[in-house]
Amino acid sequence: MDSRADRVSAASAESATAGSPPAVAAVGVTKRFAGGVVANDRVSFEARQGEVHALLGENGAGKTTLCNILTGLYRPDEGEVRVNGNPVRLHSPHEAQAAGIFMVHQHLSLVDSLTVAENVVLGWSRHGGLGFSARTVEAEIEEIASRYQMAVDPRARIWQLSLGERQRVDILKALYRGASILILDEPTTVLTPSEIEQLFSSVREMVAGGRTVIFISHKLPEVFAIADRTTILRRGRSMSTLEIAETDARQLARLMVGHEMSFDVHPRATSVESEPAPAVPPVLALDGVHVRGDFGIDALKDLSLAISAGEILGIAGVSGNGQRELAEVVAGLRPFSRGTIRIGGENVVSGDPRDAINRGVANIPEDRMGTGVSPNLSVAENLILKSYRSSSPHAGPMLLMRQAEAQATALMARFDIRAPSPRTLVRQLSGGNVQKVVLARELSSGPRLVIAASPTRGLDVGATEYVRSVLVDAAKQGAAIMLISEDLDEIVELSDRIAVLYEGRVVGVVDAATASYEQLGLMMAGATS
Amino acid sequence: MISIERSLVTPRWQRIALPIASLFIASIIAGIVLAVSGHDPIGTYQQIYDASFTSAGALTATFVYATPLLFTGLAVALAFRMRVWNIGGEGQLYMGAVGASGVGLLLGGWPQPLLILMMMLGGALAGLLWAMIPGLLRAYLRTNEILVSLMLNYVAGLFMYYLIYDSTSYWRDTTSASALVFPQGKDLLPAADWPGIVFGSFTMPFGFIAGGVFAVALLALIRFTRFGFEMRVMGDSSAAANYAGMRTRRTIVTVMALSGAMAGLGGASQIGDFGHVLDPRGLQQAGYGYTGIVVAALAMYNPLAVVIVSILIGALTNAGFALQGPTFPIGLVGTMEGIILFSVLGGEFLGRYRIRFGRAPEPAPSVDDEAGAEVAR
Repeated sequence: MDSRADRVSAASAESATAGSPPAVAAVGVTKRFAGGVVANDRVSFEARQGEVHALLGENGAGKTTLCNILTGLYRPDEGEVRVNGNPVRLHSPHEAQAAGIFMVHQHLSLVDSLTVAENVVLGWSRHGGLGFSARTVEAEIEEIASRYQMAVDPRARIWQLSLGERQRVDILKALYRGASILILDEPTTVLTPSEIEQLFSSVREMVAGGRTVIFISHKLPEVFAIADRTTILRRGRSMSTLEIAETDARQLARLMVGHEMSFDVHPRATSVESEPAPAVPPVLALDGVHVRGDFGIDALKDLSLAISAGEILGIAGVSGNGQRELAEVVAGLRPFSRGTIRIGGENVVSGDPRDAINRGVANIPEDRMGTGVSPNLSVAENLILKSYRSSSPHAGPMLLMRQAEAQATALMARFDIRAPSPRTLVRQLSGGNVQKVVLARELSSGPRLVIAASPTRGLDVGATEYVRSVLVDAAKQGAAIMLISEDLDEIVELSDRIAVLYEGRVVGVVDAATASYEQLGLMMAGATS
Repeated sequence: MISIERSLVTPRWQRIALPIASLFIASIIAGIVLAVSGHDPIGTYQQIYDASFTSAGALTATFVYATPLLFTGLAVALAFRMRVWNIGGEGQLYMGAVGASGVGLLLGGWPQPLLILMMMLGGALAGLLWAMIPGLLRAYLRTNEILVSLMLNYVAGLFMYYLIYDSTSYWRDTTSASALVFPQGKDLLPAADWPGIVFGSFTMPFGFIAGGVFAVALLALIRFTRFGFEMRVMGDSSAAANYAGMRTRRTIVTVMALSGAMAGLGGASQIGDFGHVLDPRGLQQAGYGYTGIVVAALAMYNPLAVVIVSILIGALTNAGFALQGPTFPIGLVGTMEGIILFSVLGGEFLGRYRIRFGRAPEPAPSVDDEAGAEVAR
């Protein structure tokens, strides 16, 4: 990997062109959080006046932390922020805004019941004082809106607007307040393709007027469409800054995804191939499935997948490309609007979790504390969260807690759950033990299909290893496993095949034994050819 | 900087010590209020105690007020525990009174045990059906049950008035001499009077005993049944309940119905134990449904604790009427109730949380960047 060389050459190129100082710069910024997480590790980058600068990186690469430092939400532990060449110490978003730095978050900060104009002047007005002339402000907003081609009615109330229009209001708010540096955090997530085009032409108008736009993204086609330069972040470090005109998707994908360790060994890949069973239908088959996402846009589009018994299918992709919705729709937690989902050859009922459970679907959810367990109930009660309906710890309408606790003691030993007693409340357990409670409940029922969404996220090394081995064992016993993870190493190590999701579609399925990181990285960033 | 954080474990002794300490603090604050308003605190407390428990007929009167509060308290405790916010105990109690008095009038000639049973059933069923309205709307149309159940209190109140004052309904007395002067409900036959259990000078209302039995039954339902298990999971985490394939809508409707039935029984006991006539004015002035919320909150939504708290609040209400006079305004009694409620709820809050002084550590994002965005919001 030639990242170091890239970084040096980029830096020298910078100093050569330095006429005026960059509009905003981070110099050697380090940010550590409690628990030893280093979110930013000596990150440096510069955005020039009048350019669109893309910050590119996977989830967890440190993009949002960096921007929270630029906007005064966090203070860096080391390093500094410079605006127009001058070091600044930003203690709050307010101070950052005074310096001209504004951020438009993915989750917009607007008051639904107020009008556009009222939102724009909420807490700050050009005219000072407490007075507020609606007509003047509306006229001013219309003027800015027409200059940047962001049509929106200043008198409309926020709840009447689409998500795309709301985002426009948030951008207008920043422009109205005199933003010279505008940070857009993954702005296209909630937009339709035509809205994306509109946003891009507005952005071009802004930089033509001398403003600086920092564009956070993990989608290569968008970066090529709008950015002048890009800085790639990976695992908290800035890899390099490149001119868009002088790079290609391949190089960017490699910088984004690239990995230090080499994986020649695919322990799972060879073991299962031995017995071909052609006549048996796959355990899980999705055919042309459409799913509506939270934003009202289709989160999964015409998606087809199949997983056979004993197989681990890894679902790779940058998060937000439909992984959560895929897990939910198969588990029955989210309805699908078109297509069919078959488990063991039979159609499932759309959006009915009990139907999925009865068909032998085990679900290890991403949000284990919020969804996977009932935190104020005991370990024993959480272990019977699903089986209380069907198996032994009940007699008629009664629940036999003593029996349940005996079963829990056995499961705690088998799955190495470290809790003082079966009556301990789950919220008192560590993350690894909570995940073991979920695993014990889901896998002890002998499932046909296991959905595992980010099953090792936030766990320590020992617990991670344990969770992985349990999943591999379940596959050996004949379960089909859908492994969703943002950790590409984990996917490559455990999976037999890997399906890559991008914008709600499967852009490719590859054999894990032959997959390369570069190929996966390109597919994850939407650069399929 | 001061920060409030949740403490993970509540020691067992705290659960008993906290309410007692809170009551003690409340009595000190209320004592200050009494002293400022020109009353002798110690003397007043002595008077309250006498009026509630020791003077002639005081204990009986305390239980007269405690009985409806026991039922409405159970109704609220059951629903709130599952985070179904039934504020409609008041209206459900009215409807229960309408139902029980209707049954009592209709079946007046039946043998007494059967008649009492039918009155209880009539009251429970009327309250249940009334509570089903906000329950079904919440479960299937996602309306806010707080608003719907609250508004239905007024509808139920007006309905009661309509029966007695604005129509010649089955409930209205149209024959007796006094009814010609002022509209009133029909008196029930003596067989419809619920027999109290007499211990010397103290009479325990039948309704209170029934309420105690229901409290134990509800506790058993919550602790030992599969349905109770679903309730507890839903009350703790509706996401987990949905994930586990529980029928959350059905559970919401059932809990609402049970809660309404409890409040309806409160209305039935008002007819059977005390009023023996449908009296819209008296029921509305008493406000048992709303006070039931206070009772349930003080009992921390535990059905057995509701039994005890209902006696305490019943005693305070009773004493309020006894003390009330030119020198002791009824508002002062309400003030004291309020102080007790605030102290106990405040004590419970402090028991669950710890106050820390010093700078709070910056929240660590989990492995991904999303937590950073969380802070930014």
